[in-house]
Amino acid sequence: MARSIPTTPGLACRTRRIKLTKTLAGHAALIALGCVFFTPFAWLVTTSLQPDKDRSQITPAFIPVPKSVADHLNQAADRRNEPHRVYSPTLEHYRKGLTRVPVLAFLRNTLLICVLSMIGAVLSSSLVAYGFSILRWRGRDAIFFAMLATMMLPGQVTMVPVFAIWRQLNLVNTLGPLVIPSFFGVPFFIFLFRQFFLTIPRELVEAARMDGAGELRIWLRLVMPLSLPVIATVGLFSFLGAWNDFLGPLIYLADEDQYTLSLGLAMFRTQYGSEYGQMLAVATLMVVPIIILFFFTQKTFIQGIKTSGLKG
Amino acid sequence: MKANRERIAGLLFIAPFLAGFGIFTIYPVLASLYYSFCKYDILSPPTFAGMSNYRALLTDELFLQGLWNTMSFTFASVPLCMLVALVLAFLLNLKLRGQALYRTIFFLPSIVPVIASSVLWLWLLNGDCGLINQALRPLLVKLNFLLGTHLEPPGWLTHPACAKPALILMSTWGVGGSMILYLAALGDVPKQLYEAADIDGATTWRKTWHITIPMISPVLFFTLIMGLIGSFQYFSQPMVMWPNGSPGDSGLFYAQYLFQNAFNYLRMGYASAQAWILFVVIVVTTMLVFRSTRRFVHYGGGA
Repeated sequence: MARSIPTTPGLACRTRRIKLTKTLAGHAALIALGCVFFTPFAWLVTTSLQPDKDRSQITPAFIPVPKSVADHLNQAADRRNEPHRVYSPTLEHYRKGLTRVPVLAFLRNTLLICVLSMIGAVLSSSLVAYGFSILRWRGRDAIFFAMLATMMLPGQVTMVPVFAIWRQLNLVNTLGPLVIPSFFGVPFFIFLFRQFFLTIPRELVEAARMDGAGELRIWLRLVMPLSLPVIATVGLFSFLGAWNDFLGPLIYLADEDQYTLSLGLAMFRTQYGSEYGQMLAVATLMVVPIIILFFFTQKTFIQGIKTSGLKG
Repeated sequence: MKANRERIAGLLFIAPFLAGFGIFTIYPVLASLYYSFCKYDILSPPTFAGMSNYRALLTDELFLQGLWNTMSFTFASVPLCMLVALVLAFLLNLKLRGQALYRTIFFLPSIVPVIASSVLWLWLLNGDCGLINQALRPLLVKLNFLLGTHLEPPGWLTHPACAKPALILMSTWGVGGSMILYLAALGDVPKQLYEAADIDGATTWRKTWHITIPMISPVLFFTLIMGLIGSFQYFSQPMVMWPNGSPGDSGLFYAQYLFQNAFNYLRMGYASAQAWILFVVIVVTTMLVFRSTRRFVHYGGGA
């Protein structure tokens, strides 16, 4: 449209120049901000791989080189009273960190919670969402919006009575309080499933009913197979939520052999706060799986976040 | 007949949710309201104590300090994070080469487990040798030379005045989620609007202010509300930064003091009263935001 308007050559030239300036400025800003956002990751990994002696005080060097080269250059730097620039990568902090706290046991506990709450969240949230979308009945939407409204309720309000319930049931200091609630359906995931189920053509469901299929069968055999993208999103988000959760384990887990990675890392910080290399090695072990997971599930991730914004 | 059957089926399908809602939401909400008027140490049954918890809170220095810290943190961090996310989204929306890589870099910090990112920032913010002060020091040397001052890089985590700025700075690292939402919203703004504005000879600035911002205002509003609610419950980061208390309690946050009362001192009734005050603060703030932004949030059009 705009192109059909006659313009003078001078104007076209000016537009092109403005566009070029914009592109260059954009690249410059992106590169600068990209460096700022990425540096903490580089720092994390570098410090975890760096022997203490290659650091000047506790400032890490940034360039990895073989051990003989590092020793040579760093001794020279010491003589000139300059900071160290290079280091020889080593897994020393990982070895020490892993013996100091039972990281592998924490990992096992965390994975158990993650997988169980993922199964619970997918099964129950999709069932509930089926009742909130495919089935039509009076009062349905009122209950649904009441559910959405309670998502604003801060967890602190229910924290004490819920703790009292688990204590009555003798389940404090077990995985129960961290896993069982997800089997009752998670409002945010119910919302995600419902939004997706509403896009499934009604005729498909009606046809299945004509063939005499019951609602549970339609849920399992028709609706769920069509909903793989949202199953992936909910599975991913619930896994990530359980992996990152800190407050839950902090309230309910008391014995060290029950600890999750989050709780274990926080304990490491409290007890061995000066062991930076080891602390960051444990942190790296907690971050790297999430980053790998992200690279395999990027689309699912982004789609899930976009859907969550539709409420607005 | 059919409608009735579908209704029963519907209720059966949502039964897990209704059960969970009763057990984990409705009953606890009512119970905590009752506990907030009680003395309750969880080991023995609660005993009614009238308004004593609320009265005691009004003169509890730590409570007031935590409330102030949380409010001031929230009102600085939430708008700043929105601004950073918006700038990143605008830059990515230029659709320059390599945008997928930049998007990944900006997004990744937001999925790093909060304990891991706090441990990392504990190190970045270290006053003597953290990366941030290493970057600041040469700049300050130049500045001191020019102005004849004696400025030193701050002890981010050891000086009471720096604790909150340090946490606010840290919070801007995790804006990836909002950025993705803004980016999606920017992509949904109808192109015809910009073309029409071009014909009218509008500048980039005017187009941004009069087309882009109104068109994405529902998403801005959504992230504002969610940001406020999340920020009022800020907890894990200061727990990692200062496990044994922050300098001058400048890093003591509302949810932290509430947690300590409940689970360290077993003052469950007192903690419940705190939780209810938090709830009221959140509801009032949300309503104020709803009211004051109603004029600016634009629904319809491309949405």
